[in-house]
Amino acid sequence: MSGQDPLLSVAGIEVMYGRLALVLRGLTLSVPKGGIVALLGANGAGKTTTMKAIANLLRSERGEVTKGAIHYDGARIDGLDPSDLARRGLSLVMEGRHAFPTLSVEDNLKVGAYSRSDGAVAQSLERVYSIFPRLKERRNQPAGLLSGGEQQMCVIGRALMARPRMILLDEPSMGLAPLLVEEIFSIMQQLNAEAGVTFLLAEQNAAVALRYATYGYLVEGGRVVREGPARALAADPEIRASYLGLDASAEADEASLAARRRPRWLS
Amino acid sequence: MGDFFFFLEVVVGGLLSGVMYTLVALGFVLIFKASGVFNFAQGAMVLFAALTFVGFLEFGLPMWAAFLLALAAMLVLAVAIERTVLRPLVGQDHMILFMATIGLSIFLEGFAQLIWGTKVRGLDLGISDEPIEIGGILISQFDLSAALMAAVLVAVLSAFFSYTKVGRALRAVADDTQAAQVAGVPLGFIWAVVWGAAGFIALVAGLVWGARLGVQFALTLVALKALPVMILGGFNSIAGAIVAGLVIGVSEKLAEIYLGPFVGGGIENWFPYALAIAVLLIRPAGLFGAARIARV
Repeated sequence: MSGQDPLLSVAGIEVMYGRLALVLRGLTLSVPKGGIVALLGANGAGKTTTMKAIANLLRSERGEVTKGAIHYDGARIDGLDPSDLARRGLSLVMEGRHAFPTLSVEDNLKVGAYSRSDGAVAQSLERVYSIFPRLKERRNQPAGLLSGGEQQMCVIGRALMARPRMILLDEPSMGLAPLLVEEIFSIMQQLNAEAGVTFLLAEQNAAVALRYATYGYLVEGGRVVREGPARALAADPEIRASYLGLDASAEADEASLAARRRPRWLS
Repeated sequence: MGDFFFFLEVVVGGLLSGVMYTLVALGFVLIFKASGVFNFAQGAMVLFAALTFVGFLEFGLPMWAAFLLALAAMLVLAVAIERTVLRPLVGQDHMILFMATIGLSIFLEGFAQLIWGTKVRGLDLGISDEPIEIGGILISQFDLSAALMAAVLVAVLSAFFSYTKVGRALRAVADDTQAAQVAGVPLGFIWAVVWGAAGFIALVAGLVWGARLGVQFALTLVALKALPVMILGGFNSIAGAIVAGLVIGVSEKLAEIYLGPFVGGGIENWFPYALAIAVLLIRPAGLFGAARIARV
């Protein structure tokens, strides 16, 4: 992605877990201001690790960025305390259900505004409720009692409470019914179009992700193996076959594809 | 009829001494809830707080000033612990943090006595220990005051957790640490707050127990009294600590009075632990605890 100033750039990062396992091997990507960029790949490719590396969460899991740099909004952010990023307008919506189960929905949302000191938190709360009316109905219930989709909305709402300029959205479709996935993605699109929020979206469900994203990266074995405008990726025969499951000969190709992929894992 | 009043007296006496156990257990539960660490140093913090309070009293300060200064010392200690012990160990196994708190307790015991000396000091809070009669039963004034103090403390703490921004963030950290960090909650600050609150509880416990037993090294052992309370109530439940403290207080007194004669007395000292073992066998998470707890 050239020509535009990237809001987020990840340059050749390596991530080690426990000084043994090299999970990312020189991964590079950049996200332009106002874009929706998809990070595609299978389980274990390194999508979530990339997200956690950007959010500085690896240290609490005994992981470490051993090489490369991460810049956000012109400043280097690797090495900051994870809580600093919310203050800088960068929010992560983690993979899985990460609502605070014993806190009420409203308390969940209010925690999202922790880093703010302005007096407009109540307005943000109303705005989140207007985006997710279901959360308003359940505002006093413990978030642990919500359905999976509602918890995902709660967590996205919580991220919005920090008034982010950029949201890292990790696997938002996981375990959700297709209709709900569409709803969440269209909310993402709406936030992008109306509020100018930039998104980096890690998704296994490449078919949906490429419909909403403008640009995509394909991650395999801890590095980017393919990148391009979303439309081009969606039309790419190899991606269609192995990630979208759209090719009729996909099954036949599976074996040869796996064989072709293996050397990359070993290299 | 006399028997019944006697029974009531035993129960009320048990409830009041149970409050004292609850007081110590609360400090443990608070830290366990927020960080999953069993703070072995809680007993040492009780000693440290009580010694500091008495030390300031000996300078001739009035009681309220000594209390505030001791509280300030506990808060400074909390920040220091976060900086020097907890922060470098972020992401380490809970067992490692637990061992760090063992080291911390040894340090605190030595440090407190280095500053304030090792001699046993009496502590007179100015509350008479004369029993008073309420509704036909005799109640220790001191126990009653201690219970009131504990009740106020619990009320203040729960209001803090329920209604303040920091309290809310603290509950969020207890629920899901990473998600709380991502939401902008600075973990180091929250830990300092938790340890500060535990220090505050240690100070109140130190005053009450210190007035009872004298301010001395043996105060660190009151922490042992909190163990059965936590096992019964669950390591991560504040309500559990309160109820279990009362249950332990009452049951040990009742056991002493009604079972003691059959086995030659002295039940009070070991009965809570026997109860704790029974609970571990039947309901390992405790009465109120979450089912999944890594025990240390």
